[in-house]
Amino acid sequence: MSPTVLPLLLPVTALVAAMCSGLVGLWRATAARVVALVGVAAVLALALAGIAAVGGGDSIHHEIGGWPPPIGIEYVLDPLSAFMAVVVSGIGLFAVVFPARAGFALVPGRAVPMYALVLLLLAGLLGVAVSGDLFHLFVFLEIYAIASYALVALGGDRAVYASFRYLLIGTVGSGLYLLGVGFIYFSTGSLNMADVAGLLPALGDSPTVAGAAVLITVGLGIKMALFPLHVWLPDAHATAPPAVAALLAAVQVKIGAYALVRILYGVFGPAYVTEQVPIASALVWFGAAGILVGSVMAIAQRDVKRMLAYSTVAQLGIIGVGIGLASPLALTAALFHVLNHAVMKSCLFFVAGGIYAQTGIKEIPRFAGLGRRMPLTMAAFTVAALSMVGIPPTAGFFSKLYLVLGSVEAGAWVPAVVIVGSSLLTAAYFLRVLENIYARTTTEAVVDRAREPGAVVVGTVAVLGVTLLVTGVANVALVEGFLEPLAVSLLGP
Amino acid sequence: MVELLADRYWYVLVLLLLAIGLYGMFALRNLAKKVIGMTIFTTAIYLFFIEGSVVEGGTAPVLDPAVGLDPGRYVDPLPHLLILTAIVVGVAIVGVALALLVRIYRTHGTLDEDVVIDRLGREEASAASDAAGTEREPGA
Repeated sequence: MSPTVLPLLLPVTALVAAMCSGLVGLWRATAARVVALVGVAAVLALALAGIAAVGGGDSIHHEIGGWPPPIGIEYVLDPLSAFMAVVVSGIGLFAVVFPARAGFALVPGRAVPMYALVLLLLAGLLGVAVSGDLFHLFVFLEIYAIASYALVALGGDRAVYASFRYLLIGTVGSGLYLLGVGFIYFSTGSLNMADVAGLLPALGDSPTVAGAAVLITVGLGIKMALFPLHVWLPDAHATAPPAVAALLAAVQVKIGAYALVRILYGVFGPAYVTEQVPIASALVWFGAAGILVGSVMAIAQRDVKRMLAYSTVAQLGIIGVGIGLASPLALTAALFHVLNHAVMKSCLFFVAGGIYAQTGIKEIPRFAGLGRRMPLTMAAFTVAALSMVGIPPTAGFFSKLYLVLGSVEAGAWVPAVVIVGSSLLTAAYFLRVLENIYARTTTEAVVDRAREPGAVVVGTVAVLGVTLLVTGVANVALVEGFLEPLAVSLLGP
Repeated sequence: MVELLADRYWYVLVLLLLAIGLYGMFALRNLAKKVIGMTIFTTAIYLFFIEGSVVEGGTAPVLDPAVGLDPGRYVDPLPHLLILTAIVVGVAIVGVALALLVRIYRTHGTLDEDVVIDRLGREEASAASDAAGTEREPGA
C-alpha cells in the first residue's frame, strides 16, 4: 500500500464498514455492533498512523483516479485534518463501545441501522476533514448531515419533529455554502482549495468573492451552530439518544468549525478575512454573544440533556471567538478546546445516558442522592463538569486560559471578560447538578434501588474523565509540540 | 432598476426563488409545504449554477470538429456535473424529510405544525406530572 492512499482510506473504510454493518445486521443484530467496532477501530488506527506521518507539519496528497489537481479531486491529510480525524474516530469509538441499551435506550430495537448510521456519520465527518476540494466538501457535509437527521430521529416522537426542523435549517446551511462555492467557481474557475487560494489574491476586493466569503461563513455557521444560527441544536441534541447526542455535540458540530478554519484561513487567507471583509471580528462578536446566551439558557433548563445542549452552544461560542481572533495563541486555544470539549461533552452525555438507562430519570432535581448510588459514574461526571467550568488541573481550564491570554494579547477585552464570566455561569448550572447529586437525599425509590450502570458504561466515562485530567496535566507538551505550530502555520507569516 | 432587470434578470429570478423557498420553509405552518419550500430553495441554487455555465452562442460540451478546439465556443460542463451531484444529494435529503413526515403523520394524524407542537408540549407536561407522581409515591 502506498502511503498516499491514507487520506482516501479514512472515509472509505468508514463507508465500507457502514455498509457491512447494515448488511450483517440483517442476519444477526449483535454482529452489526461487532462489525462497527472493528470498522471504527480500523479508522482510528488509520487516523493515528496519519497523525504520526504528518504530525511534523508535512501533508499527504491523494489524487482521485490519478487526475492531478486542479482538474481532479484531491484528498489532503495535513496536521489539522489528521488532528480532526483522530478526534472524530476516537469519540466515534467510544460511541460504538458504549452499550446500545444505555446509549440508545430511548428507542429499543433500533441498534442495527444505528450502527450503520454512526459509521456513515463518521465517514462524512472524515471526508470533510480530508477533502481538498470545495464542492467535494459540500457532498461530505450532506452525507454526514443525512446520517445525523436519521440518528436524531431514533430518539422518539419529539426527536422526529426536532430532526425535521434540523433538516430544514441544515439544508439552508449547506445550500448557502453551495451558493458561496458557486460564487468562487464563477470568479476563479477552480474548486481545488489550494488552487483557489492562489487565484483569489489577484481578484482583490471583488464583491463576488466577498459574497462567497459571507455565504460560506453563514452556511458553515449553521452547521457549527454558531449563535444566532444555533436554533436547531438544543432540540436536536436534547431529544437524540444519548450516544448520538454525545457524538453530535462532541464531533459533528466541530467539523463545521474545522471547515470554517480551513476555508477562512486556508482559502481566503487570514489577511482577507481580518482586513478586507471583517468576517473574523463578526465571529468574535457572535461567538461572545453565543457564550452568554447559551450559558444563561443552560441555567434555566430542567432536563439534563437540554442543559448540556445549551452548554454546547456556549462552548461553540468559545471556539468561534478563538477562530475569529485570528492570533496564533487564540487559534491554538480554539483547536485545544475542540479536543477538550469533545471529551468532556461526550463524557457528560454518556453519564446522562447511563443514568437514564438505570433509573429513567432525566430531570436535574431528581438526581438527588445519585452520588451515593453511582459513585464512579458521578466521579466521571464531576471531573467533566469541573473541566467545563474550567477548574485546574482539568483540560478545560487550560483551553480557556489560553483563549483569555490570546484575547488579552490581541487587545480584545470584551471576549476576555465574557469568557471569564461564562465560567461563573457554567459553574452556576453545573454546581446545581452536583449539589443535587452529592448534597441532597432522595425520596425516590428508583434512586434508592439504583446501581452503577454496568462496567462498560463506567469504563467509558472513566476513560474520558481520566483523559481530561491527563490532557490537562500534559497540556504544555500537546500545545507547544503540536497545536501551536499548527495554528502558526494556518495563520501564515 | 430597469437595467438590473434587463441585464441580470436571471439572478433576480434566482433571488426570488430563494426568497419563496425560505418563506415556504419558515413561514408556512404545514410541514409538507415546508418540504416544498426546501425543494424550491435548493432548485434556485441549481438554476444559479446552470445559468453561470452558459456561454453566449456556445454549444453542448461535446468535442465537435465543426466547432473546433476553442473552449469559448462550448458551454462550461463542470457546473452541470456539480449540479447533477447536488440533485442526487437533494433527492436523498427530500427522501429523509418525507420519511420523517410519514412518521409524524402516523403519530399525530396531522401535518399542521401548531397541532404537532401542541401535542408534543402536552406529552412533555404529562411526563413531568408522571414524574411528580412517582416523587410523591414513597411518602404517600
